[in-house]
Amino acid sequence: MKKQSTTLKNGASTRGGTLQWTLIISFFWIALLLLNLLPPQGSFLHVSNFTLNTFGKYMAYAILALGIDLLWGYTGILSLGQGVFFGLGAYCMGMHLMLSIAGEGVYQSDLPDFMVWNQVKTLPFFWKPFSNFWVSMAAVMLVPAFFALIFGYLTFRSRIKGVYFAIITQALAMTVWLLFNQNSFNLGGTNGLTDFKSILGYSLMEQGTQKTLFGITGLCLVAAFLLCRWLTLSRFGKVLIAIRDNEGRIRFSGYDPARYKLFVFVVAAALAGLAGALYVPQVGIITPGQIGVLPSIGMIIWVAVGGRGTLVGALLGAIGVNWAYSVLTSNYPDLWLYFLGLMFIGVVLFFPGGMWEIGGKISNLRHGRAKKQKIAASEAG
Amino acid sequence: MNNTILYVEGVTVDFDGFKALHNLNFMMAEGELRVVIGPNGAGKTTLLDVICGKVRPTSGRVVFKEYTDLTPLREEAIANLGIGRKFQTPTVYTSLSVFENLDLSLKREKGVWQAIFKRMNPNQKEKIETTLETIGLIDKRDMIAGSLSHGEKQWLEIGMVMVQEPAILLVDEPVAGMTDRETEKTGRLLQTVAKERSVLVIEHDMAFVRQIAKKVTVLHEGTVLFEGTIDEVQNHPEVVEVYLGREKKTHA
Repeated sequence: MKKQSTTLKNGASTRGGTLQWTLIISFFWIALLLLNLLPPQGSFLHVSNFTLNTFGKYMAYAILALGIDLLWGYTGILSLGQGVFFGLGAYCMGMHLMLSIAGEGVYQSDLPDFMVWNQVKTLPFFWKPFSNFWVSMAAVMLVPAFFALIFGYLTFRSRIKGVYFAIITQALAMTVWLLFNQNSFNLGGTNGLTDFKSILGYSLMEQGTQKTLFGITGLCLVAAFLLCRWLTLSRFGKVLIAIRDNEGRIRFSGYDPARYKLFVFVVAAALAGLAGALYVPQVGIITPGQIGVLPSIGMIIWVAVGGRGTLVGALLGAIGVNWAYSVLTSNYPDLWLYFLGLMFIGVVLFFPGGMWEIGGKISNLRHGRAKKQKIAASEAG
Repeated sequence: MNNTILYVEGVTVDFDGFKALHNLNFMMAEGELRVVIGPNGAGKTTLLDVICGKVRPTSGRVVFKEYTDLTPLREEAIANLGIGRKFQTPTVYTSLSVFENLDLSLKREKGVWQAIFKRMNPNQKEKIETTLETIGLIDKRDMIAGSLSHGEKQWLEIGMVMVQEPAILLVDEPVAGMTDRETEKTGRLLQTVAKERSVLVIEHDMAFVRQIAKKVTVLHEGTVLFEGTIDEVQNHPEVVEVYLGREKKTHA
C-alpha cells in the first residue's frame, strides 16, 4: 500500500481513505455544533452562534466546491459560471421563503414586498410552484441541473472546450447577472430576495432553526462528498481523468467525451444549486451580486488554493479561503484583495496542487525521515 | 481467399488546396499484416486518420468488412466497431496507472451508466493481466503511465489497442525513437498481435519493415505507387527513385 502511494502520483486522491475523510468531515461539523451547544457562554471553548452560522455558510460553499473539483480538477473543464447554478438554487429557495412570508411583510400583501413596490398585481406564473415546500426543494437541484443540461449539451456537442468554454461560461455569468438585476424580471432586481421570516413554519430568527440548518448543511456536505468520492473511484472517474489527460485519445478508446462532460457538468450544477439553497436561509439574503462573474471566479480560486483533483482539497479550500476572508476583513478590511491575489499567484507558481500538496509534502518529509531512521537503525543493528 | 476487411475507395483529402490524399484506392484482406511506406508528405498518417474518423475525406468512402461505410461515423463509433488506432507519438493517459489505462481501453459498453455501475468481472481482469504479460509491463502495472519510458509507453499503447480487441489495428510508426532492442521487441509484439487480427502499420525503418512485412504498399503524393513483397518493392525502379533512393542519398 505504501509502495503504491509513492509510485502513484495522485494516490491519495484515488484510493483508500473514504471512511477516514468522511469521519474527519463529520467530526469537524459535529464538534462545532457541540461546542456551541454544550460549553456555557463565555467559556473559551464556546463557539458563538455567529461563528456557527458563518461556518454553515462555508460548508454550503464547500458543497459547490466539490462540484467544481469534479469539473475542473478531474475532468479539466474550467467553468467560470458556477455562480449561475449557485444562484438558480439560491433563488429557488429564496422564492419559496418569500412566499412563506405571506401577509407578514411591510405591505401586508400576499405578494412579496418588492412586487407591491414595483406595482405587480398578480403573482408571476413562474413563482406559483414555489409556494409548495417540496416542489421548491426539488427545484433547487433540478432547475440548475436542467439549465446545465441544455447549456452543456449545446457547448459539448459542438466540441467547445478549454479556454473557449471558460469564456462562454463567463459570458453566461454576465448575462444571468444582468437579467437578475432587472426589475422586470420579477426576482427583486438589484436588491435580490431578503427579509425572510420562516421556513416550514419555523422562524429563521430562532437559534434552534439556524442550528438545525447548520446540521442539515453538514449532512448534505458529507452526502455530497460521498457521492463525488463514489463517482471518482468508479471507472467513470477514471474516464474523467482520461478526458483531462487527453480528450482526443479517449474517442479512439470508444468513449464519447461529450456525454461524460455533460453528466459531470449537470452533477456540478446540481451541487451548486443545493449549496445556494442551503446558503439562503442561513445568510438571509440573495442578490445578483452574489452570483455574477466575480463570485464565480472566487469559487475557482477556492478550489485552486485548496488543491485540484482531490475533493478534500476543494472542500478545505472553500472553507479555508472564506474563513481567511472573514478573519482578514474584520481586522484589515483593505488588505483582503491583495491577500487573495497573492495567495492565488503563490499557489499557482509554487504549489500547483494547492494546500493539499503542501500537506502531502510535509507528510512525505515526515515519512522520509522515519524511513531514514529505520534504515539507520537496521544498519546499526 | 479471405474476405476484405477494409476498402478505401477513391478517397481524396483536400487541406485548403493541398491534396494529402488524391483519389486513393486501397484494400486489405482479413488477417493480413500490411506495411505502408512512403516519403514524408505521402499521406500515410492522413490515410490512418481517414480510416479512424479523425479526418473526413473530401470525397470517396471507406468501407469496413464489405458493408459498413465508415465515412459518416464519429470516432468513438468507429472505434467500437472494431478499429483500433495506435498513434505515432505515444498517447496514453498519463495520470492513470498502467492497469487503469488498459482497463479503460477494454472492449465493453462505454456509456456513462456502465462506467458508473458496472464492476470489472474476473474475465476482464484476467485479460488485462495476460496483456500486461504480453507487453512486458506486469511489474509496472501500478505505475503512473506518465512515468514510463518512451518505449514502455509505446508498448502500453499497443496493449491498450489489443484489449480493445479490434478487427483491424492501425499502427503509426511504432518504432520511431526506439533502441534496436526495443525495436526488435516491438516487432515481435506486433507479430503476436497480427495472429488474431488485421494490422496496418506505417513505418520508415526498412530493417523493421523487412522483419515484419509480407506485403508492402508504397504511397507517393497521396496515391498508391506500388504494392508487392518487400523484395519487389526494394527492386522496383520507381520506388527506388522517389523513396528509397532518397533515403540512400541522405544516409550517404
